[in-house]
Amino acid sequence: MGDLLLFINFYLIPGIVLGSIYALGAIGVSMVFGILRFAHFAHGDMMTLGAFIAFSAIGWLGVGPILALPFAMIGTIVVTLGIDRVFYKPLREKSTIIVVIASFGVALMLRSLIMVVWGVNTETYSSGISMPLVFLDSFRIAERHIWMMAITIAAMLGIHWTLSKTRIGKAMRAVSDSPELSRLAGISTEKVVQATWIIGAGLAAIGGVFIAWDSQIHANAGWDLILPIFAAAILGGIGKAYGAMAGGMVIGIAEEVSSYPWLGDGPLLSPGYKTGIAFAIMVIMLIWRPSGLFRGRVY
Amino acid sequence: MSVLELVDVTAGYGEGADILHNVSLKLDPGEIVSIVGPNGAGKSTAMKAIFGLLVMHGGKITMGSHDITGMPPEEVVGKGVGFVPQTDNVFPNLSVEENLEMGAFTYDGPLEGRLKNVYELFPPLLEKRNQAAGTLSGGQRQMVAMGRALMLEPQVLMLDEPTAGLSPKYAQEIFELVIQVNASGTPVLMVEQNARQALAISHRGYVLVDGQNRHEGSGPELIADREVAEMFLGG
Amino acid sequence: MSDQMIGYSSYLITLLTMVAIYGVMGLGLNLNWGVTGLFNVGIAGFFAIGAYTAAILTTEETGKHIGGFDMPFWVGAIAAMITSAILAWFVGKICIRLRSDYLAIATIGIAEILRLILKNEMWATNGARGISNIPKPFESLGGLAGPLAFLALVVGILIVVYVLLEKGQHSPWGRIMRAIRDNELAARASGKNVERLRLEAFIIGSSIMGLGGALSAHYFKFIGLEATEPLLTTFLIWVMMIVGGSGNNRGVLLGALIIWSLWSMSEMVIQAFSLTGEFAVRVPYMRMFIIGLVLNIVLQKYGQGILPERHPGGKDAQPKR
Repeated sequence: MGDLLLFINFYLIPGIVLGSIYALGAIGVSMVFGILRFAHFAHGDMMTLGAFIAFSAIGWLGVGPILALPFAMIGTIVVTLGIDRVFYKPLREKSTIIVVIASFGVALMLRSLIMVVWGVNTETYSSGISMPLVFLDSFRIAERHIWMMAITIAAMLGIHWTLSKTRIGKAMRAVSDSPELSRLAGISTEKVVQATWIIGAGLAAIGGVFIAWDSQIHANAGWDLILPIFAAAILGGIGKAYGAMAGGMVIGIAEEVSSYPWLGDGPLLSPGYKTGIAFAIMVIMLIWRPSGLFRGRVY
Repeated sequence: MSVLELVDVTAGYGEGADILHNVSLKLDPGEIVSIVGPNGAGKSTAMKAIFGLLVMHGGKITMGSHDITGMPPEEVVGKGVGFVPQTDNVFPNLSVEENLEMGAFTYDGPLEGRLKNVYELFPPLLEKRNQAAGTLSGGQRQMVAMGRALMLEPQVLMLDEPTAGLSPKYAQEIFELVIQVNASGTPVLMVEQNARQALAISHRGYVLVDGQNRHEGSGPELIADREVAEMFLGG
Repeated sequence: MSDQMIGYSSYLITLLTMVAIYGVMGLGLNLNWGVTGLFNVGIAGFFAIGAYTAAILTTEETGKHIGGFDMPFWVGAIAAMITSAILAWFVGKICIRLRSDYLAIATIGIAEILRLILKNEMWATNGARGISNIPKPFESLGGLAGPLAFLALVVGILIVVYVLLEKGQHSPWGRIMRAIRDNELAARASGKNVERLRLEAFIIGSSIMGLGGALSAHYFKFIGLEATEPLLTTFLIWVMMIVGGSGNNRGVLLGALIIWSLWSMSEMVIQAFSLTGEFAVRVPYMRMFIIGLVLNIVLQKYGQGILPERHPGGKDAQPKR
């Protein structure tokens, strides 16, 4: 196998898949930051929740991961709207930093419930090894990866359509631009907030299912996701949905490609330090251009 | 009956001292009314009071037969007050047309007719309808801001210092826009620093000093008034 | 003394020692957040670097990890404060000027990176197996006297930290810190070098967390990856501060006492039910739920905590945040 094919099959494609997962989380984080003005630290745990709901749907109904997606999305959306109603809404008039602290509390509660309901073992959706599809003799890609990329692209197109064509989507951008003017224009902030959670939670659930489908899921997975998805949101520019997509992709690909043997025979960066890439990119952005690639807001 | 009326309004921010003391003013159908006065006279504060952004300690605010005293901003908008704030009055990342659409967020009917009215009033906006509002010139932004407020076909249009920071030439353009809006049937209440130019296009004006009514009269009367002129019209 | 009495006393000493160690770290966090408004969610990172510094310096040479240098307790403790201060300087330099949310993300990040290093750099840290045989002061006294003396040492350090922080917070320096937190613009306008002052508070607070890490390492005689998990070393301390009353050092200590008691006693309650099977594994995680819930209830209903911050000479008792 040529070096290029090796690179594509074992580094680039996994990178795109990982990037899709990060992007799906980062869009929600970025929109919540832009519209509700706070960093939502329970977002990773929403992804874990989605993954486990799908796990149950697969176990009980015998469906595949794709058909389990709607269950995961609806379940995660319902729980998230409930969380907003009970834990975030009462703090709406207070300083947003109080809501950030509350989101840490919510993260603990979500994780704890996941552990009580689904246990603390690492779970997978299927036990068998599926053979990858092979194109042109040597270009191999797993069927699930094709599905994941297609669903991610569909989700992104859906987001684009919502934000640019629907009234609520435009209102979301308006509130993100200027909450004060939105209020004076009579835009219902609560409706916009709910729409934000519905989109954010739905995408988070998809991302969570992808993690479990691609490898495995553990109740603590959400914590490990927080750093890369925030890094992706900052890289793209806070409040910029398209920026978050690009940011997620860049970080996912960078993480995977960093362990390619660019120099010599060994991996350039020990795979144990993959997660460090997200952090390094974030630090560089914070120093060089805190508004992100897409010129989002800096708070 | 007046479209909008403030009767003996005494109000301030939170626990602090009152800024407005027994301020009374009204806007009748078809009028342009200006509130002028030196810096710190409480001009913009009066507008914020109408929008329920102040703590009221006396008096009342009515629109027609509705008491709107202390109503939150969203509801005041719902009652038919269009407001154009002094700064940050457009959504910079939204296109011109999206800005206008957001003005009609609470209106569920078809928007085409209303958009058409605004474009007829401000023709330059039609060709820039798909451009981000943040990229427009100062005067065009004011058009977007006023157009946005007009999308709800308000009973009253309130403008907070629409010419602040603009050169006299641009200021004159804005005042012409105000006349156009008024000619289309919407009463306008505005707060202005450019007192002379504002009074020149106003049917009536109020001079506020230290949060109190000092003078009132027709536009030309106030411009001619020696005391008013000495006070702040620059002689 | 009966065996039962010894058991109770020993439990009480353990409880109070933990409360005191958490109290030290809580005071550090309070200087960061309560007093200066710096959102440090990377306590685990500063804890870890302090704990590992102390462990490497004070253990005997083993060959399993870098060092040890067999140095006395106090050298390790001071070095722990220095290494965590250097780390704080690095993090603070980058993001002290940005809004708190960014500092939160960056501190989480640095804590996670440190955990990666601790896990991967086996030659220095012995990886997941951790560093053991860390000397515990006064252990040779044996019986109850050893733990009691260690408790006295920790409480002594706690008192020193408390007194110094109280002094600092009531000095002009502390007043400026509060002024920056409550009205940054006004503080800037009056010519204060806000960034520098914040960085100072961040570094001092973080080095106190590092000291807490050193104390913990000596107390358990062991430091491993589990001890640096954010749940135990970051969130619990945050909850202690919020519940006790952020901005008020005494409140934070009270919070440490209440929350740690709740945490350790809930473990006993769960054990008392002597559950079996899968359920026994899962139910203990409800403790996390309770902690998260307590945090949210306090935020909603008692925004200022049990002992709210005192504002001498100001009628606006609500800090604007």
